[in-house]
Amino acid sequence: MEDTLTPRGNTAAVPAAPPIETRAMRLRNFWSDYRQSWVAIAALIVIVALLIGSFFAPYLVPQDPYDLAALDWLDAFLPPGSEGSGGYIHLLGTDNAGRDMLSAILYGLRTSFMIGISAGVLALGVGITVGLTAAYFGGRIEALLMRIVDLQLSMPAILLALVMVAMLGQGIPQIVFALVVAQYAYFARTTHGAASVERRKDYIEAARSTPLPTWRVMFKHLLPNVLPPLIVVATVQVASAISLEATLSFLGVGLPLTEPSLGSLISNGFKYIHAGRSWLSIYPGIFLMITVVAINLVGDQVRTVIDPRNSR
Amino acid sequence: MFGYLVGRLAQAMVVIFAMSVIVFVGVYAIGNPIDVMIDPGATAEIRENLIRQYGLDQPLWRQYFTFVGNVFQGDLGRSMVYNISVTSLVFSRLPATLELVLVSVTIAAVIGIPAGLYAGYRPDSIGAKLIMALSVLGFSVPTFWIGMLLIMAFAVELGWLPSGGRGEVVEFLWFKTSLATANGWSHVIMPAINLSLFKMGLLIRLTRAGMVEAMGAEYVRFARAQGLPDRQIVFSHILRNISIPVITVFGLELGSTLAFAVVTETVFNWPGVGKLIIDSILQLDRPVMVSYLVMVVILFVLINLIVDLIYARLDPRVRLKGGS
Repeated sequence: MEDTLTPRGNTAAVPAAPPIETRAMRLRNFWSDYRQSWVAIAALIVIVALLIGSFFAPYLVPQDPYDLAALDWLDAFLPPGSEGSGGYIHLLGTDNAGRDMLSAILYGLRTSFMIGISAGVLALGVGITVGLTAAYFGGRIEALLMRIVDLQLSMPAILLALVMVAMLGQGIPQIVFALVVAQYAYFARTTHGAASVERRKDYIEAARSTPLPTWRVMFKHLLPNVLPPLIVVATVQVASAISLEATLSFLGVGLPLTEPSLGSLISNGFKYIHAGRSWLSIYPGIFLMITVVAINLVGDQVRTVIDPRNSR
Repeated sequence: MFGYLVGRLAQAMVVIFAMSVIVFVGVYAIGNPIDVMIDPGATAEIRENLIRQYGLDQPLWRQYFTFVGNVFQGDLGRSMVYNISVTSLVFSRLPATLELVLVSVTIAAVIGIPAGLYAGYRPDSIGAKLIMALSVLGFSVPTFWIGMLLIMAFAVELGWLPSGGRGEVVEFLWFKTSLATANGWSHVIMPAINLSLFKMGLLIRLTRAGMVEAMGAEYVRFARAQGLPDRQIVFSHILRNISIPVITVFGLELGSTLAFAVVTETVFNWPGVGKLIIDSILQLDRPVMVSYLVMVVILFVLINLIVDLIYARLDPRVRLKGGS
């Protein structure tokens, strides 16, 4: 996520190793490495465009798909490109309730993004806490925590999420909670791996010998040094959270159609594919696919850039 | 080794116990299945009788111990929707799922391993890059979406294959199979391909990584120096060396195929256990939910246990560290 904050327009990378690397210089180096791949740049542009499009959806699209009063049954099942009773063109057609598909997709994308990002951030927080605690304290705590994490990692995320949703029921908070339970283990594993190496270094010993409180050593000294690999895991996990949520909604155990995410839109459209009305499901599906693949491509490039084996 | 085995077994038992409690309490905390089962106009007396019949008037801990006691006698309870025992319900659905998993695993291996070998043999060729790009798609694009695209293309547009269901089944030994007739195969092929894609992507990456590593290894250079043809080097030397890690990971992934079958079975309306669990969640069929989830937990704990034991057998450091 740092890449979006990076200042642009700095052409030359610093060739000779500077004595002290400032934060701004690190970001600049990161960006000049990142832009080596045009695919990654395109993916980043796509994500930014989708984020803007979905979060400013109310100002961009002709219709509020949640507003039942704005829907007209006479507009149902209009094919893409036809004009409805509202006097505007439905670029991607309308669904069985006369909802403009483009509006529904952008609103749905917003829900998907919100769920994916909040699940990713919460899972990151929980995972960091578990992983750092295990690595910092060691012994029995470490054995117990990491055993639980390993067990969870051996189970497919979709199954864990399904168990949680079966217990908690439907709705956005429930889904986010289920996704956090299904995904925190990836962050915990990565944090633990990096932190148990850092833990033995001298600067941690030095920090521990000062009267600083334990949490301060853990989160202010240890955490910043284990952060880079976590950024990669976070990007990939946001994508997989979005796709997991879509899967759950498709299975009918996620979000109801009154709060449509991309998954519930696809699920709704799936009922009509035999009637030849494929636009109901194919367009939300394409948006879902583009979103997930673009996030994964960005994650791939970030991984390549911060991998110390590839450093110049 | 024996101490390690006992320790791991005890751990597995604790995990199964903890998970069964969590699942039981969690599932029983939601909704009231009685409201779903009877029509709202029924008298209070019928209601009371039903609640007593299912033991729902008992405190939760007693319900749990009744459940565990019954499980040890091989009784997982009765489905509230189908009104038959959960055991026979699950076993009537299991062959369909196993059949699907079997076919899809075969497809993944038959296509994935050669593709991975090629991608590792000529890593810079266009074909290899195409294969790798496709494997990334297999990983990142949601399974249900690919399944829908398959249905749209081959069932709706082209009309070549049926869009769902199991088709014609033939009684074979003690179960029913759709692999005996052409009609059955036409039903199984599309869901099987759908289910195989994720695993195929994984196999391609694993095989390719092994192949790339092997191509630079001493034994391959030596075989080259001997003047052996490439075909023989790849198939009789490299393949044998990289097959061990590939088979290990592949075996581990079998369990997760069962989980992914939930999605594929729903898309293709395939009457297996995955479809059963989704239906039971939607219909609040508690006994089926609890039994399925507990069975899956036991399955995964067992897989973990076996892997741990095999590693401990192969690597003494593991059992010295874990057994103490």
